[in-house]
Amino acid sequence: MSDSPLRAVAPPLVPSATLTRAASTVRLRPATEDPPVLKYVLIAVAVLFLALFLVLPLVAVFVEAFRKGAEAYWTSLQDEDAVAAIKLTLTVAAIAVPVNIVFGIAAAWCIAKFEFPGKSLLVSLIDLPFSVSPVVAGLVYVLLFGAQGLMGPTMKAYGIEVIFAVPGIVLATIFVTLPFVARELIPLMEEQGTTDEEAALSLGAGGLKTFMRVTLPNIKWGLLYGVLLCNARAMGEFGAVSVVSGHIRGVTNTMPLQVEVLYNEYNAVAAFTIASLLALLALVTLALKALLEWRYADEIAGTHRR
Amino acid sequence: MRSVVPGFGVALGLTLALLTAIVLLPLAALVLRASELGFAGVAKLAMEPRIFAALKTSFGLSLAAAVVNGVFGVITAWVLVRYRFPGRRLLDAAVDLPFALPTAVAGIALAALYAPNGWVGSLFAPYDIKIAYTPVGIFIALVFVGLPFVVRTVQPVLAEAEHEIEEAAATLGAGRIRTILRVLLPPLTPAILTGVAMSFARGVGEYGSVIFIAGNIPYVSEIAPLLIVVKLEEYDYAGATAIALTMLTASFLILLGLNALGSWSRRRYGVVR
Repeated sequence: MSDSPLRAVAPPLVPSATLTRAASTVRLRPATEDPPVLKYVLIAVAVLFLALFLVLPLVAVFVEAFRKGAEAYWTSLQDEDAVAAIKLTLTVAAIAVPVNIVFGIAAAWCIAKFEFPGKSLLVSLIDLPFSVSPVVAGLVYVLLFGAQGLMGPTMKAYGIEVIFAVPGIVLATIFVTLPFVARELIPLMEEQGTTDEEAALSLGAGGLKTFMRVTLPNIKWGLLYGVLLCNARAMGEFGAVSVVSGHIRGVTNTMPLQVEVLYNEYNAVAAFTIASLLALLALVTLALKALLEWRYADEIAGTHRR
Repeated sequence: MRSVVPGFGVALGLTLALLTAIVLLPLAALVLRASELGFAGVAKLAMEPRIFAALKTSFGLSLAAAVVNGVFGVITAWVLVRYRFPGRRLLDAAVDLPFALPTAVAGIALAALYAPNGWVGSLFAPYDIKIAYTPVGIFIALVFVGLPFVVRTVQPVLAEAEHEIEEAAATLGAGRIRTILRVLLPPLTPAILTGVAMSFARGVGEYGSVIFIAGNIPYVSEIAPLLIVVKLEEYDYAGATAIALTMLTASFLILLGLNALGSWSRRRYGVVR
């Protein structure tokens, strides 16, 4: 904003030096920029709202965990049932995440690389678990495999326990996490098309080699993004797992379930200690996710680029 | 349909097999169980006072939380897209916290904060206002889980909004506030409604972050998913099925509505989202 045009039209009665100073302090705001007052009020509202509703609970987890000092924290961590819960959570994630990777790649491969009737129905069905309440996800397995369930008696005859046992927990976890990798890979692979694969095939590479050497390197960051979210949900799932687990200490309690049991026994420090580990997992997940969105923006699905 | 790329049969077979075994078959078990009750049976159970009260609590408070999220979600998305200020990236990452933080962890943290002796609860306790263990506590938990849906659906649409239309509005003499309300917000409506609907759907099914702060008093602060768990513990499979089916039907209707909204907005604004 130069002040010379203003000086040119200034009435001669006013000393020009005063006018120049006055004009230079007035900064003209572009018509498509918000008034500063509006801008700062909105930023303040957003920051306060997020701080109060999102950040404060996170801070509370760590403060409550260390309420009785670091020693109490360590004692709670070394508790036998806590260790068993951590092991079970890692086991469940170690099964659910690979199943998710296989499902996600298979689903994305047929949906993104081929045209076939019923494709949009398949895409909707893959998204289905996200619109089902976690508790309902647990319930359907109880109705199927429970003592009074459709297949309950058959299962019992073969001595297979699903409900109130680890298999039920694994199944419920796979149910709620199933769409994660597929959702990430479908748009990414659709964007990439089939030209790279066609080139590799025409040069004589086999199907498997084409996938390992061409497709996989193309989708690796998108795959990692999906795995990251899938893992966070698998380790943190509560509702679905809660219904099928039976809450047997040291046997069928995952970390979130152990948090619930301890909290309901008014053992707040121990509950928040395990919760703090899960909160740490959430923070690491968010940090890696932000890193992927920033560093590998071109190699993850378009909707996540910032 | 013929493609040189191999593996279609294997990939589709694997996808359908896993989808059927993990998702479709178990859901079919629910529908089968419900068909034994019949439509009248399900309706009669859903109208049972305690179940009806729980459904009303879940749907009503989810709607309230979704509307609040609509307002603050749009403000947050606006601030993140339009303004540059220190800490913006951090704020952006914080929006995803409810997606990443396990619901049980959020649940006990919120309960501790809003309990009468908690950081926030103690501010209200002297005025005899209880937040935790009342429907207000449920509302707070539902705002927590629903916020990212609105922000993340509005954010990309807002980022792609063309600068020219605001310039045109300004040239034609509209003030800034008027430009925002009359020119910029209307094309965002479908995205906002989608975000609000997703937040609502999530709220209806939410369990972990709610049960610790809710107090779970039947007829007052008992949510529908919790009542499913209660019915299961009482071996009342019919009751649990009826609640689940009502919730599933509602979320199915919401999905249908969302699809209709999507195609309407594509016709109206040409926005693909």
